[in-house]
Amino acid sequence: MTQYLVRRLLIAIPSLLGISVILFTVLALAPGDPFEELATNPAIPPDVRASLRASLGMDDPVYIRYWSWLTSMLRGEWGYSFVSRIPVDQLILQRLPTTIAVIGAAQVVALVIAIPVGVFAATRPYSLFDKVANTLAFVGFSLPTFFTGLLLILLFSITLDWLPFVYRTDLEATGWRWWWEQFRQSVMPVMVLGMFQGAALVRFVRSAVLDVVRLDHVTTARAKGLSESHVTMKHVVRNAMIPVVTLVALQMPIVFGGAIVTEQIFRVPGIGSLLISAILANDTPVIMAVTFVFACLVILFNLIADLLYGWLDPRISYR
Amino acid sequence: MTEDDLRGLLARVKTGRLSRRGFVKRMAAVGFTAPMATQLLAIAGAAPAAAQSVPAYAPTRRGGGGPLKILYWQAATLLNPHFAVGTTNQEASRVFYEPLAGWAQDGTLHPVLAAEIPSIENGGLRADGRSVTWKLKRGVKWHDGQDFTADDVIFNWEYSKNPATAAVSIGSYRDINVVKVDDHTVRIEFEQPTPFWADAFVASRGMIIPKHLFKDYVGANARDAPANLRPVGTGPYRFVSFAPGDLLRGELNPTYHLDNRPHFDTIEIKGGGDAVSAARAVLQTGDFDYAWNMQVEDAILQRLEAAGRGKINIVEGGSVEFVQLNATDPNREVEGERAHISTQHPAFRDPAVREAMALLIDRNALQQFIYGRGGPATANFLNNPPRFRSPNTSHEFNIAKANEILDRAGWRRGGDGIRAKDGVRLSFVYQTSVNAPRQRTQAIYKQSAQRAGINLDLKSVTASVFFSADVANPDTYTKFFADMQMYTTTMPQADPQLFMNQYVSWEISKKENNWQGRNIVRWQNAEYDRIYREAESELDPVKRAALFIRMNDLIVGSNHVIPLVQRPTVSASLNTLKPVLSAWDNTHWLLSDWHRPS
Repeated sequence: MTQYLVRRLLIAIPSLLGISVILFTVLALAPGDPFEELATNPAIPPDVRASLRASLGMDDPVYIRYWSWLTSMLRGEWGYSFVSRIPVDQLILQRLPTTIAVIGAAQVVALVIAIPVGVFAATRPYSLFDKVANTLAFVGFSLPTFFTGLLLILLFSITLDWLPFVYRTDLEATGWRWWWEQFRQSVMPVMVLGMFQGAALVRFVRSAVLDVVRLDHVTTARAKGLSESHVTMKHVVRNAMIPVVTLVALQMPIVFGGAIVTEQIFRVPGIGSLLISAILANDTPVIMAVTFVFACLVILFNLIADLLYGWLDPRISYR
Repeated sequence: MTEDDLRGLLARVKTGRLSRRGFVKRMAAVGFTAPMATQLLAIAGAAPAAAQSVPAYAPTRRGGGGPLKILYWQAATLLNPHFAVGTTNQEASRVFYEPLAGWAQDGTLHPVLAAEIPSIENGGLRADGRSVTWKLKRGVKWHDGQDFTADDVIFNWEYSKNPATAAVSIGSYRDINVVKVDDHTVRIEFEQPTPFWADAFVASRGMIIPKHLFKDYVGANARDAPANLRPVGTGPYRFVSFAPGDLLRGELNPTYHLDNRPHFDTIEIKGGGDAVSAARAVLQTGDFDYAWNMQVEDAILQRLEAAGRGKINIVEGGSVEFVQLNATDPNREVEGERAHISTQHPAFRDPAVREAMALLIDRNALQQFIYGRGGPATANFLNNPPRFRSPNTSHEFNIAKANEILDRAGWRRGGDGIRAKDGVRLSFVYQTSVNAPRQRTQAIYKQSAQRAGINLDLKSVTASVFFSADVANPDTYTKFFADMQMYTTTMPQADPQLFMNQYVSWEISKKENNWQGRNIVRWQNAEYDRIYREAESELDPVKRAALFIRMNDLIVGSNHVIPLVQRPTVSASLNTLKPVLSAWDNTHWLLSDWHRPS
């Protein structure tokens, strides 16, 4: 087991290096630079812009820039944002709590909806409930989040005027009022994301449960005279959860990565909106840091999923 | 009307023999607009004593206005004005920092940290244009209680001009010399006679940071200064908190240097999102007081305004959306360079073709159906301030006339309906950036050009590529490897000197200067060059205005440049808010005077 873990971690190093090389090259090849806005401003002479570029080391060849990025990253220095001129890790840490709160809540909502609905639909296949759940699930994941987001804003903020649609990190209230205000401003982004992911998960849970329901040990359990609820909970759901847990674990990096579109619509200051504004401003250190952290998390959670898999299903062994 | 006539009239106003109203009337009779005439009076020193360039301020005590909530769909990322790449960062810095003076909407200077605006009358300006002396306001305190003095002003010059600091304001500071006269007086010395002296320490490039907090952070370690993210300024609001890319908060500055100001107790600037929902948040739900830069179709804005909660503010500046007809040949390489300056465009070298092109775009339709209030049709390249607006130009949409001109010039229609002459076909590549109104303009132009036997191939380039300075990319607007292109050029100052250098021959964009030159259309005209040089050192404001008007007439008259619509700045605010806006300065240039009338 330990040996397996060490081997997996060692394999992770070349993949991370490869990912960082690809990211860096793509960013270096992409057109534009962080001082684009200065280009159209006649008050700034071109040589000022050129010296600014030079001062940030942007005129060096790609491999030298990559090497200096890599060595400082290994020393734990994430670099400075070209645009904000503050350390990148500070920028990311500032965004982390909101991201985890909103996207994490959305994941919880997705699971809370998907697991009961999926299990219930699978145990009664082709019943009215199953058909309705299926239809709604298809509708749910066919509608992109930017569309449902705008629909909710039009309905709840503009027409009914119940909920605010600009997310604020500086709520003035305290105590219960704070929680209430927080709930009011989070409910729309959380629901938009939660419903979208929940819809896909419903289908997944349903098919996972359907696969298990047909197996012999379920028939045996029924034949023993166990109650239907006992059979479902103990013998069906537990086994069906193995692929679901894997899927959820693989989705965990997304919680940290944020949701670019939804964050933009509701002005949630999460990591997704940091990434998109960094991309639009060609802020290479921030893009590198965010995408690299994201890559690390994907690899880490892949490993965790593999380990969990073995724990849930003892027949799987690590060699 | 010649310059002498004008001078005669102005002299009569000054001596009281002609009333100001009479002057404005006479000017109107010869085609000068009323604002232009009033401005001539102001420049000539014949304006009424209290020229109202800034609206009246009503509140009679400091504070009590509650919170002021402002929404930007681009978010501020830093709070040091010397590093402010882009408008949003300048705006955020302007909440806390102030310059010596700002530009009011009528294109005149308004003192902020200066006691008065330098002029020849008060001895602030030397008659030879070699120096300007600023008297600083006394009793101004930084938010931490320290006094604001001439040392702070000098420090900003030293800070910015140091190349190692990598300040974006360096262009305004490196070519001047600043001398301390006494604790509340500084003198700026220029190498050349400089009629446009109000650049350093003025408006967006002139915000002044405190010496006592930044003096250890000049040069390479400038970005380590803690005050970069925790500003201590002289402005109407004090810093509370800042999350880059998201939210900026401030509170009333109880020791602000102007009486009864500011009106609001707290200020909050939220960033991010998109323009349409920002408009909704003000006009429909009223969650915010003010939203910046409403790049939204006018039809949508009008619908949102119908809710009756807020209004759209339109502030006219110098930005203009225009078409360029390449003076050089983009399809021929000379010395390995496309559109080389030694070549001539095979079709556009014929003035008849250019004139026809100018007649084929329906500017009124652009205004009516695409831009609405955000784009009044114009025949001028230089539109504002009004004293620089040419009265000699007009625009016309006339397909029949264009056909007639082309027929007369010998351009015959071929079998495919496209005109040609001596093997040159009137078929052009017309490029612009990806942007809905621009693509609609392209389609309108293409349609009417077709009816005159001219084919336009439409090309649109992603904005981040089109407007980049990427030397390796052939599709940037400064390279202009196409027959025609269209974009908006901005005018950051109320003085046209920088704006009008876009057509001087030494600014031509070419390989030699990495296509960084400002003359992108590559038009050359000896008279234009000469007049520009003259204006650079002409200290008489009336004469100078006449020179710039002549430059506008030359470039517009050549039809290498076809102005389409002006692009005023459009913002949204609640009906209960009285913002003081100016197109020549930041939105927050006079935040101290924003208030809610009771």
